[in-house]
Amino acid sequence: MDGGGGGRREVVAGELERLRAERQELDIRIRLLESELEAGSAAPASPAGEDAAAGVEDGLCGGGSGGACQTRREFVESGALPADMIYRYSRHLLLPDFGVEGQRKLSRSSVLVVGAGGLGSPVALYLAACGVGVLGIVDGDDVELNNLHRQIIHKEAYVGRSKVKSAADACRAINSSIKLVEHHHTLKPSNALEIVRKYDIVVDATDNLPTRYMISDCCVLLNKPLISGAALGLEGQLTVYHHNGSPCYRCLFPNPPPVAACQRCSDSGVLGVVPGVIGCLQALEAIKVATDVGEPLCGRMLLFDALSARIRIVKIRGSSPVCTICGEKSVFTQEEFQKFDYEKFTESPMSDKSTPSLSLLPDSARVTCTEYKRMIDKGEPHLLLDVRPAHHFQITSLPQSLNIPLSVLEEKLPLLEISLKETMDTSAASDEQPSLYVVCRRGNDSQSAVQLLREKGFPSAKDIVGGLQSWAQDVDPDFPAY
Amino acid sequence: MHLTLEFGGGLELLLEKSTKVHKVDCQPTMDGSEGGKATMKGLLSWVKSNLIKERPEMFIKGDSVRPGVLVLINDCDWELCGGLDAELEDKDVVVFISTLHGG
Ligand SMILES: [Zn+2]
Repeated sequence: MDGGGGGRREVVAGELERLRAERQELDIRIRLLESELEAGSAAPASPAGEDAAAGVEDGLCGGGSGGACQTRREFVESGALPADMIYRYSRHLLLPDFGVEGQRKLSRSSVLVVGAGGLGSPVALYLAACGVGVLGIVDGDDVELNNLHRQIIHKEAYVGRSKVKSAADACRAINSSIKLVEHHHTLKPSNALEIVRKYDIVVDATDNLPTRYMISDCCVLLNKPLISGAALGLEGQLTVYHHNGSPCYRCLFPNPPPVAACQRCSDSGVLGVVPGVIGCLQALEAIKVATDVGEPLCGRMLLFDALSARIRIVKIRGSSPVCTICGEKSVFTQEEFQKFDYEKFTESPMSDKSTPSLSLLPDSARVTCTEYKRMIDKGEPHLLLDVRPAHHFQITSLPQSLNIPLSVLEEKLPLLEISLKETMDTSAASDEQPSLYVVCRRGNDSQSAVQLLREKGFPSAKDIVGGLQSWAQDVDPDFPAY
Repeated sequence: MHLTLEFGGGLELLLEKSTKVHKVDCQPTMDGSEGGKATMKGLLSWVKSNLIKERPEMFIKGDSVRPGVLVLINDCDWELCGGLDAELEDKDVVVFISTLHGG
């Protein structure tokens, strides 16, 4: 087939994909309207339902809300679960410890999942499937291709679209009888009270430190149990805050860690299934708290080490009487909460993605990617030093770059010296010291490296501003981003 | 005394070869003598000078651990055992774990 035929195929495939997405959306709307018809104008039977119904203005409530309300009303009157619920949840009802009572409590509960990412994916899917009454999802991000290895609620077709929309559609597809509330924005002190207030239980499935402090404070102010999970690399952590005498996040960590200690998935990586494991356990704890079945993980913390296949459950302190937020003498108010600057408090951004960019060097010690490209094109002799960790260098690198990670740069200076000499020998201009350019992933480590090099007798060292990320953005769009 | 020391949540990166579990034989008393009481305070300074290979400020702040590190003695929060003054016994397991924020 010729090239023209291939192009045509692509067009058709694209059109097909678009039509399928459209059909899916129509199906969802049809299901919604059908369940609305079925339910007539039934009023919500539980306070949770009412509260969450008030959240509809937040946008696009869906998932057969009327149907859920109707079923709740029915069993309130007759004392038994309606037939469709009995069949759907029969394997729950067969559990002696859970039974009809457990399912009933679950169907009357409302849970807010903060973050539709690696943790939030299994949380939302399981909570939808198991039949919580109202499931709210908050997230302000869009789905990205590099999310899909762990954020299993999202499908390729949703890349570039709202995470909340994607997650809610996935949940509706599993269980159209529960009420889903979509909160299409990042949770912030200004909107958190209003959103969290509408729910019985909160699940922290976020990816950054300031948001963790904020959610905990908010849950204390509104007296909501908080199911908190975290994952990074090959480790996970889980506990239930502010419930049955358990501490709040501030009892445990009154002061935030130094910025350098805050590793993020976008820097350090994460094995996809690790947040999956923790997220599943978060869903389990949410179910236990909602139904009052079993012993939730209060005053205890679960530590998961995937590499050594070990789970350790440790005893942690209870709620501290001197805690500034949940302690007896706390004077922290909702007004103060709304004004509290969590990013300043933790010195880190409320996002896993934005990187604080350093500015360590004078302009004379820096070149932009475009300037560097021009220099390559002119064939100027130079050495490109890549100071990323070796496993980053293996992912991708610029041609003919030398990798010496920043952490070992000082001890490997002799190697750099030899490489510079070789560059000089192969170039025609023999008397001049060839230029030395330093690159890293985003342009921070390279600045530290240049600073060090200039101190150690490499005055020609220059930093490439913005690193490989800028290179991909400004010079070579085909250069793989990661 | 024989102690098992474990580091997690990223703290292992500060140690040689990023090893998480260390079985050690040490005298974590304030003066390093055999007779004195072995305390967490003594152990912290022993760990700092014997195990931590880089960026000690990522482990210690003042005479305690830096904010964001949980310390567990035999799977129990050290705050419940006396914190810095908690006394250690032979074969105790002490875990240092940095809190995670990712998801
Ligand atoms: Zn507290």
